[in-house]
Amino acid sequence: MQIPAPHANTKGIKFLLKSKVKTAFSCCSLNERLLIKGGRVVNDDQSFYADVYIEDGLIKQVGENLVVPGGVKVIEANGRMVIPGGIDVNTCLMKPFLGTQPVDDFLQGTKAAIAGGTTMIIDHVTPQPEDSLLEAFERWQEAADKKACCDYSLHVDIPQWNESVKYELELLVQEKGVNSFQVYMAYKDVYQMTDSQLYEAFSFLKQLGAVVLVHAENGDLIAQEQRKILGMGITGPEGHPLSRPEELEAEAVFRAITLGNRVNCPVYITKVMSKSAADTITQARRKGSVVFGEPITASLATDGSHYWSKNWAKAAAYVTSPPLSPDPTTPDHLHTLLACGDLQVVGSSHCAYSTSQKAVGKDDFTLIPEGTNGVEERMSFVWDKAVAMGKMDENQFVAVTSTNAAKIFNLYPRKGRIAVGSDADIVIWDPDSVKTITAKLQQSASEYNIFEGLECRGAPAMVLSQGRVVYEDGNLQTQQGTGRFIPRKPFPDYAYQRVKFRNQVKNKQGVTRGIYDGPVYDVIPTPKYITPAPSAKTSPTSHQPPPIRNLHQSNFSLSGAQIDDNVPRRSGHRIVAPPGGRSNITSLG
Amino acid sequence: MSYQGKKNIPKITSDRLLIKGGRIVNDDQSFHADIYMEDGLIKQIGDNLIVPGGVKTIEANGKMVIPGGIDIHTHFQMPYRGTTTVDDFNQGSKAALAGGTTMIVDHVIPEPGTSLMEAYDQWRQWADEKTCCDYSLHVDITHWNDSVKQEVDNLIKEKGVNSFHVYMAYKDYYQMSNSELYEVFTFLAERGGIAQVHAENGEIIAEEQARMLQMGITGPEGHVLSRPEELEAEAVFRAITIASQTNCPLYVTRVMSKSAADIISQARKKGNVVFGEPITASLGTDGTHYWSKNWAKAASFVTSPPLSPDPTTPDYLNTLLSSGDLSVTGSAHCTFSVAQKAIGKDDFTQIPEGVNGVEERMALIWDKAVTTGKMDENMFVAVTSTNAAKILNLYPRKGRIAVGSDADLVIWDTDSIRTITAKTHNSAAEYNVFEGMELRGAPLVVICQGKIVLEDGNLHATSGVGRFIPCSPFPDFAYKRVKARKQLAVLRAVPRGMYDGPVSEFSMSRGGTPSASARTSPTKQPVRNLHQSGFSLAGNPAPCGDLCNSTGGMSTIFLKDIPSFGVSVMVVKGAV
Repeated sequence: MQIPAPHANTKGIKFLLKSKVKTAFSCCSLNERLLIKGGRVVNDDQSFYADVYIEDGLIKQVGENLVVPGGVKVIEANGRMVIPGGIDVNTCLMKPFLGTQPVDDFLQGTKAAIAGGTTMIIDHVTPQPEDSLLEAFERWQEAADKKACCDYSLHVDIPQWNESVKYELELLVQEKGVNSFQVYMAYKDVYQMTDSQLYEAFSFLKQLGAVVLVHAENGDLIAQEQRKILGMGITGPEGHPLSRPEELEAEAVFRAITLGNRVNCPVYITKVMSKSAADTITQARRKGSVVFGEPITASLATDGSHYWSKNWAKAAAYVTSPPLSPDPTTPDHLHTLLACGDLQVVGSSHCAYSTSQKAVGKDDFTLIPEGTNGVEERMSFVWDKAVAMGKMDENQFVAVTSTNAAKIFNLYPRKGRIAVGSDADIVIWDPDSVKTITAKLQQSASEYNIFEGLECRGAPAMVLSQGRVVYEDGNLQTQQGTGRFIPRKPFPDYAYQRVKFRNQVKNKQGVTRGIYDGPVYDVIPTPKYITPAPSAKTSPTSHQPPPIRNLHQSNFSLSGAQIDDNVPRRSGHRIVAPPGGRSNITSLG
Repeated sequence: MSYQGKKNIPKITSDRLLIKGGRIVNDDQSFHADIYMEDGLIKQIGDNLIVPGGVKTIEANGKMVIPGGIDIHTHFQMPYRGTTTVDDFNQGSKAALAGGTTMIVDHVIPEPGTSLMEAYDQWRQWADEKTCCDYSLHVDITHWNDSVKQEVDNLIKEKGVNSFHVYMAYKDYYQMSNSELYEVFTFLAERGGIAQVHAENGEIIAEEQARMLQMGITGPEGHVLSRPEELEAEAVFRAITIASQTNCPLYVTRVMSKSAADIISQARKKGNVVFGEPITASLGTDGTHYWSKNWAKAASFVTSPPLSPDPTTPDYLNTLLSSGDLSVTGSAHCTFSVAQKAIGKDDFTQIPEGVNGVEERMALIWDKAVTTGKMDENMFVAVTSTNAAKILNLYPRKGRIAVGSDADLVIWDTDSIRTITAKTHNSAAEYNVFEGMELRGAPLVVICQGKIVLEDGNLHATSGVGRFIPCSPFPDFAYKRVKARKQLAVLRAVPRGMYDGPVSEFSMSRGGTPSASARTSPTKQPVRNLHQSGFSLAGNPAPCGDLCNSTGGMSTIFLKDIPSFGVSVMVVKGAV
């Protein structure tokens, strides 16, 4: 393979046009014509041998014996796999923690993504409570436009629920191209929402056609457990998983799904970290719930036993929420579910903090900033642990690393597929390359890599982003600021088609009955028993003044002779018998 | 067998009774033997007993003799918006005896904000005056604070209450938050109490109710539409999670749906200490009646959680009861007259909740589970009597036919067939949710406190003879496992060298991590160190933020040394 000549030029230009003159870049890429010859195109549905011709950042032709203009740069794939570039649906490259930023920003983070075969990321905008969602979104977009080296999109996290948030959400969906929002069931007194708020948020987001992302952990119980564990004198990172046992995750997943079912809204569980949470999702899908599960690189490749490491910095590097499960069989189980389709998408939840940032919590595990690396290792680990082990085929590999994400978030078929008209985000995958993960060789700026020392089979040989070669044989040729924001439309079919049909089916109807005109018990006007919410809507008859004693009374019988017929009516009963004879309820229907 | 008034009660001259030729059925075995009772206790069991002369003898003729039923869940004489349920302790316990149940456990429900102790005294007074059979009390915890805590402590230590009921539904009224549940469960686990839960997600119910009313659905069908069974299953799951965190035995009252029952049986398979209580109504009928055109009939089925509209539910619950996944049966007997139910005639959320079932409970289980071959007679005794006695820590005084046990027993007629109807039942309610059902199996003779109270279809119950039976804490049935686990589940910190590497500067002003935000690290502001320079944690890291090199000297943390770590502690936790 030759080194693409035009790149020398563009690299030079990059420094000249350091400010964001995006049009200039797209001018350059106009001339970029590429032909990938002799590869095996692997989509999520089938694999076939074909050449791929790329022009202007788009795939123009797929097939054999293509007619292409002269002077086209040719890449010989030699029968290797040509797959759609990976989509990492969960990164946090700008998530602030107590005023500091993660060490991997949009530049560093997207470089790491590309080095791992991922050509698009969806980052989380994480406003603080009280912040404006819109402003936060714009801040993120600005930062990413300056720095990102690959296409990106943004999820917006909803830190609290109120009326002004609703307005901003509408704006974000309709004008800003955001169709996914995250809500939190954990982080008590900060981000956590109550069930009622979640219900409202789900209902509202469903109307907008957005995908609801849920951080599923029971925050109330976590707060209690944290207090207990700190009270026992456990302050190290092991307190983190001890205070967040996996059943708290499973419980919240169950509750989120219940809410989703009630509202008839698609639910997407971010960071599936434990077997029991994954099992809960599986069962719900069996019953027909529209729910998606996203395991992350960390939960697929390592486990929580490291929290007990004697090395504080190492133990702290694993701190993320929900925590990695201490059960070492977890990764294997999650891979199995991923392979059979019960879990759909793999993210990385890449959120890298330096050791000194993590050390903020050196005397109190609740203060350790949460986040692990994984954007670079994501695809390789799925290949190594699922495909190389025979759990998964190559098509399913493409589905879970790229296509499903594109479908759920309404990017398909622009992203997530090699087809005519799709973006030229393509990876030539080398299934046999073996490398050992180490912090020394990673793109990320963090000192620790939680996969340190793990051997991993499968890696990208070449990565194309927007029709340009950005990675080849270990060399990155990325350009800062070339990443475009990809807007996403609401109502993705993959999530909403079923929901729409169910909406039609689900219309409930009351029973038409004759008006009940039998006796009504007279209630004390100050109702102490307030049945939930709609307490305003009490029965109009419930506050009547004491009725006038009716002389018809006596022989009124509802079910024939009563055993207490011979017993006088107890004084507690005052019966309001309506004037006008028999009611419609005199028989036991 | 209708109630004729007190004048017909025959004078039982002797407290001595002999049952001859019966087949004793306990929860573990069945055998032929005679039983001799004196002073309300079983004195002898065996063949050819030597008994004093002049003893009244009952010929059992090979029929089953079983321990009297224990209905672990009733609401007799329950106050409701200034009125009470139509079955008071007299009426209710008579119905119980007529159905073969010789002990009831009623729920004390204090209004939120009022004293638990006063409510308890009130219930004791009502019950002591009127009950015809022995009884115990559960106390419902309707709000939570330190004084309630103190009262719960006193109730356990001095008043003979070992089970407390909390609510996950009834938003803004009885409902407790997860944090409160955690505290209640923690406290009960320390004191040896049983945590009972009403498991339904009250917050979602409130939203759904508002929605239904908005859609114009005001009839009883709105009740079940606004409380779909997954809300029950969700709450059961959550309750089990909290109980397992706090290591507290959990008792789920009123298991009404398949999915809730499934959650319980899954949890039991994982080792959780959880008991499920289906009630007569959920075992015998279903929620299709909520759509009845007859408002009064539809309203009579209103109870919470609602009966499931899935008609296969009763069969399924009977199966799980037979397999032991559900442990006890109650009736949740709480009857309102049609006029009382009609408070909610224009708004289903105002319909008082409750169904009958105390009289039908045992016959219904016999009919649906034993005659269909799901369950054997010993299991029948277990789920109607013995398990309840074990959970309440009354075993073997109650729930077993053994020397020294209370003489509460029933001669059971396996072949008698009755049709349930409101015309002949012993409850004061106009409706019976089992109306028209044919049930096989009925008590032939009921002996309560050593006296015959039902014979030849005649009930001779005496008001006020019922005694309060105190329950002591830490029942083995629930707590033996819990105690063992407490010893195992001790968490330990990892002893590490002090972390003395660089610490990032941070501000606590915004968005702190949860709860413990008060506990800031003492080394908040690291002094800039001049040793700086070449300190590296991971070989040659890519250029990073300005913090990587901020402080220095040798630290105890090196990347490459990966010492062994103590996984064992957490494995133990996982197993629990």
